[in-house]
Amino acid sequence: MLVLDDVHANYDKAHVLHGVSIEVRAGEVVGLLGRNGVGKTTTLKAIMGLVRRTGGRVTFEGRDLAGVSPHALARLGIAWVPEERRIFRLLTVLENLRTGVERPGTMPARREELLDKAYRYFPILRERRHQAGGTLSGGEQQMLAIARAMMLEPKIILLDEPTEGLMPRMVGQIREIVHALHRDGVAILLVEQNVPLTLEAADRVYIMEKGVVRHQAPATDLRADQAVIHQYLGV
Amino acid sequence: MIPWDQIVIQTLNGLVNGMVLAIVASGLTLIFGIMDIVNFAHGDLLMLGAFVGAAALGATGSFWIALLAAAIAIALLGVFLQVTALRPLIGRDPLTTILATFGISLVLQKYALWQWGPSVRRISEPVPGHFTLFHLQYPWYRVATALMAGAIIGGLWLFLKYGKYGIWIRATTQDRVMAQAMGIPVPLVHTAVFAIGSAMAAASGVLFGPFTGVTQTMGFDFTLRAFIVVVVGGMGNLGGSILAAIFVSLLEAYAAIVVSPAQAVIVAFVVLVLTMLFRPTGLFVPTPK
Amino acid sequence: MTTVPAARSAPSVAGYWAGFAIVLVLLVVAPLVLPPFWRRFVTEILIWGLLAMSSDILIGYTGMVSFGHSAFFGLGMYGAAAALLTMKPPSLWLALLYGLVGAGAVAVFVAYFATRLRDIYFAISTLVFSQIFYVIIFTWTDVTGGENGLTFPQPPLTITGLIEARFTPESFHWFVLAVVTTAYLLVRRITRSPFGMVLQSIRENEPRTRAVGYHVERYKMVAVMLSGLVAGLAGALYAIQNKFAAPDFVFFTVSGEVVIFNVMGGMGTLVGPFAGAASFLLLREGLSRFLTEYYLIPLGIIFTLIVIFLPQGLLGFLRRRLNQ
Repeated sequence: MLVLDDVHANYDKAHVLHGVSIEVRAGEVVGLLGRNGVGKTTTLKAIMGLVRRTGGRVTFEGRDLAGVSPHALARLGIAWVPEERRIFRLLTVLENLRTGVERPGTMPARREELLDKAYRYFPILRERRHQAGGTLSGGEQQMLAIARAMMLEPKIILLDEPTEGLMPRMVGQIREIVHALHRDGVAILLVEQNVPLTLEAADRVYIMEKGVVRHQAPATDLRADQAVIHQYLGV
Repeated sequence: MIPWDQIVIQTLNGLVNGMVLAIVASGLTLIFGIMDIVNFAHGDLLMLGAFVGAAALGATGSFWIALLAAAIAIALLGVFLQVTALRPLIGRDPLTTILATFGISLVLQKYALWQWGPSVRRISEPVPGHFTLFHLQYPWYRVATALMAGAIIGGLWLFLKYGKYGIWIRATTQDRVMAQAMGIPVPLVHTAVFAIGSAMAAASGVLFGPFTGVTQTMGFDFTLRAFIVVVVGGMGNLGGSILAAIFVSLLEAYAAIVVSPAQAVIVAFVVLVLTMLFRPTGLFVPTPK
Repeated sequence: MTTVPAARSAPSVAGYWAGFAIVLVLLVVAPLVLPPFWRRFVTEILIWGLLAMSSDILIGYTGMVSFGHSAFFGLGMYGAAAALLTMKPPSLWLALLYGLVGAGAVAVFVAYFATRLRDIYFAISTLVFSQIFYVIIFTWTDVTGGENGLTFPQPPLTITGLIEARFTPESFHWFVLAVVTTAYLLVRRITRSPFGMVLQSIRENEPRTRAVGYHVERYKMVAVMLSGLVAGLAGALYAIQNKFAAPDFVFFTVSGEVVIFNVMGGMGTLVGPFAGAASFLLLREGLSRFLTEYYLIPLGIIFTLIVIFLPQGLLGFLRRRLNQ
């Protein structure tokens, strides 16, 4: 469904991606592992058109994303949960969700359903729905960021380090969310430093190093034999 | 001997002027907050709005139609300017945009001169009559102007706070990239905000018309004051610029009791200087974290 | 990211001086061959060019946009006026001196703020300051003549022991040329000195310059002082040429035109401002024959287009932020 074919990209004039090829099929959870700075986040940004692609192609459901402006991606079904979460701090929780929910083509009834779904997955958000996003804790903001992406009813979510900086209990919650989304049929491209979580949640895993993909394998294989992980991540 | 009567009169004047200035400053700060554009031509949009309003008033005899016509015409002009001249500048530093909008300001001023000539145009009062205030006959239309300005600002506030598009504008102002990722058509939002700011400037031009008459140079004074107010209120801070507009206008009005009106404007400058020295993020902004 | 420019190769240095010499000769000969109107025109170009060059020190070299150069120019004018009205007999050098002092005082004031304000805030405050001075000059009728300004006699050219003579249009032109050339060479020397290099590095990347250990504030203050003094010199020359001082020259319009000269002519070049002033004034002269006062419409459009579409040559020097 989502195919990156030999993608090169620059970030701040530095050539960061040197030919990344990745594929995510419909409904799959795909993990992207690698040390800090290898270009995992840049890969997601390259898909979103937020960094300059200098080579290669990104296609989604057969359609080339070159020249598609970033704000059109949501309508195509691609949602992005960035590393820094980037919730709208001065908007309330509800308003944050509304940025995703109020799209052309969704009826009010459907919108209510989606909001209810968000509150079901993340009860704390219902409680805080009239609070400004900036007043939420780190974990709550992460949940809001994911819920907000869900409001787009995406076919794929680009999830960038959702467990970073979270307490262990919250990490467990994230794992639950990923499973739930998987069950809903949403594909996920999961960039993570947390190897166990990734291996457990993903169907397939890519490992990156210095701007290219060095290894890919089904998660089951990697769970069984972690030697490759040690080799590339030194974990 | 405290001149109470003068103080009351000047309070009224300050409030009225402040409300008109608040409309101008709101547009300016909205535009800056969302697009990082310091619109040097903002006062000239006001000036053109006043001219269009005067022409419409002459043609139809209705102040309200004039107000509407001016707002729409200048909103369209704003769209044209933003799409052709300012959109290429998104992402460049604010100094470039101030130079570009300065160039636009020159063209707009001279265009007005060419189109309407150098004589002063009149916009007649929307509401006739006076009421007695101490030794003065205070014109009702000034009060009406303040109320209308309040309505416009209130309308803007409601629009931004509730309603889908208000959320789009606020989200884009806070984080343009994330707004795009959420499917918000940011380039359109930019154009819309510039149009709204232009329309508001035009409306305040028509509202202010009866005060002093309409001339090509009326814009510059407003641009200058609006800049001051926007900095004092905190750039990008809507509530701050409204409060600052009223605050500065009141101070200026009070100063006019002691010095001549031409000199009273120095008060505004002093406020700006003090703000930049001691509270550069804005007087009416909570202490920055 | 530009680095400190290396020393020029010998041929281009020779070429530069050759061009400089040619232009100088042309300017010396000009008053002898041109009709009176154009003679005066050329002198004015020199004075406005000097003013624009002063602004270039800030815009082109230090990366600070000023919308308030009319204040320095105006104070230079009124300073010269003060000398020519109060001292009998009127002294040329005293007029220049008073002009420099007047502009210098304003420059100190502005310099203080320069260090505390960045970017747009600095630009807006220079605008506001020059308007403050305009208002003061406009309303302080007793001292400044208010709206009507001041008129005074033109001082003779006196160099003790050598000359004592009234100015003729030709000799005044040569005097201005001498002053402007001296100022230009002086400023050029400064911008090529280590001091000038630091200014450029501030323009390119202020935080890094600060991190390396330079007292950015002090450099900025000196830059503003220098810019103000040169602008004041231009103002004094203008006053002496025209024998009047008027508040119109302190109004924003002058500041705006200076910025136009800078942008059109090329920032950070020192000769650019002269070229900008010349082309603007010539264009204005030419266009106003056909378009009267509406010449600014096409000129304004050209200016805006330059700002938007020619950033490399013209605005490339202004600010190159890290990856905007």
